[in-house]
Amino acid sequence: MALTGVLRPGHVALRVLDMEASIHHYTQVMGLLETARDDKGRVFLKAWDEHDHHSVVLREADSAGMDYMGWRVDSNATLEKFAKDIEESGLASDLSWVAAGEHPQTGRRFRFTTSTGHVMELYAEKGKVGNGMPTLNPEIYPDGLKGMSPSRFDHCLLYGDDLDNTMKLFIEILGFTLTEQVIAGPDKLVISAFMTCSNKPHDVAFIRQPCKGKFHHASFLLDNWGEVLKAADLISRNRVSLDIGPTRHGITRGETIYFFDPSGNRNEVFSGGYISYPDRPVLTWTDDELGRAIFYHDRKLNEAFLSVVT
Amino acid sequence: MSHRIRIVGLADGLLAPENASFEVRGDEHLLCGMERLGRRGIPVGCRGGGCGVCKVQVVAGSYHTRKMSRDCVSSTEETQGYALACRLYPDTDLDIRVVGKMGRAFTKAGPSPSQGGDSVTAGKSPAFDMSWRN
Ligand code: FES
Ligand SMILES: [Fe+2]
Repeated sequence: MALTGVLRPGHVALRVLDMEASIHHYTQVMGLLETARDDKGRVFLKAWDEHDHHSVVLREADSAGMDYMGWRVDSNATLEKFAKDIEESGLASDLSWVAAGEHPQTGRRFRFTTSTGHVMELYAEKGKVGNGMPTLNPEIYPDGLKGMSPSRFDHCLLYGDDLDNTMKLFIEILGFTLTEQVIAGPDKLVISAFMTCSNKPHDVAFIRQPCKGKFHHASFLLDNWGEVLKAADLISRNRVSLDIGPTRHGITRGETIYFFDPSGNRNEVFSGGYISYPDRPVLTWTDDELGRAIFYHDRKLNEAFLSVVT
Repeated sequence: MSHRIRIVGLADGLLAPENASFEVRGDEHLLCGMERLGRRGIPVGCRGGGCGVCKVQVVAGSYHTRKMSRDCVSSTEETQGYALACRLYPDTDLDIRVVGKMGRAFTKAGPSPSQGGDSVTAGKSPAFDMSWRN
């Protein structure tokens, strides 16, 4: 197996203010599929082409934002190795094991907090519930998809202060590759880092801001620009709070639209982007070109896009 | 049934501009009314009660609210008329004071070179505000 270690972002757990409104948003407008509810009232969802049991977890709370993000690793041996490596690195805090079964159909998870204040977890096992089609002579998509119907949960963008140690953790300990970065000022301070564990333009990205554990967006993959435009139609059709788009990113080259769930958590659906092999040179943007880097068509910094987080 | 909302104060104690008022319909929240009429004054963020940038204080009139993030409005503040405009439904005409601010993610720099601006000035003033690190 050529892709080893951390395989992909496996789930994102979000706090919502109103569960009923959130379920409507994530299942009817976005078109995710509900796969379980547990006795704590959490709701588990997945995108149609994900085989694993869930990729989004919703929990009703008195604030919005992200509880944690989970990463699937290739084996239990890798899980144990990473747990040890993370502990020895001293780059994360609040290390703990979450028992198997705490998430439905999911093995034990190793949990830690990054220096940017984000709770992350690694796990090796999650039940395969399939994508609604046989694996022998399949179709290309199942019947009955609703709404935007992205094929998978793709990445998160997060805000926090100590970007340096978080980059170190992801790159040196977890084996991620830096694909793009934004630098600022005469010291060329890295203010944003895009990192991948696979060959996507990013599996997670961070922006350096004076806060801990803040959530900018969770993103889901669409097939093409036409589907991004269709998502825009659905956003108006359903009176969803629009942030910005449809437009294009300079960084990652994705075609994108941003909107908010009913509790103010930002969602993105996007298509496109390039393939990044680990030997691809890092792309660097300077902060005076940040407008074009973020929104390639507008070429302007958008205050709300950069400032509004949960 | 609609209600007239008057902005009587801005964040940082700035005085509201003349005619800073707008009508809000009975079925919409305060921020929605402002935006629908293309008016300004209250910062607009998530419109879902989660981010806090639309925070206001009601100084006169009555209203009701839907659930707001406790990270943005504490229970004490709630009793003092603080609320998020995107979760606030007027029951009468209201006078409000804008409290919320767009976080300062970046400094107001000149236009970037790719925007057709003067690249010398743009290069000199970093767009992203990192002064919090000093
Ligand atoms: S706009 Fe985010 S709380 Fe009102
Ligand atoms: Fe994104």
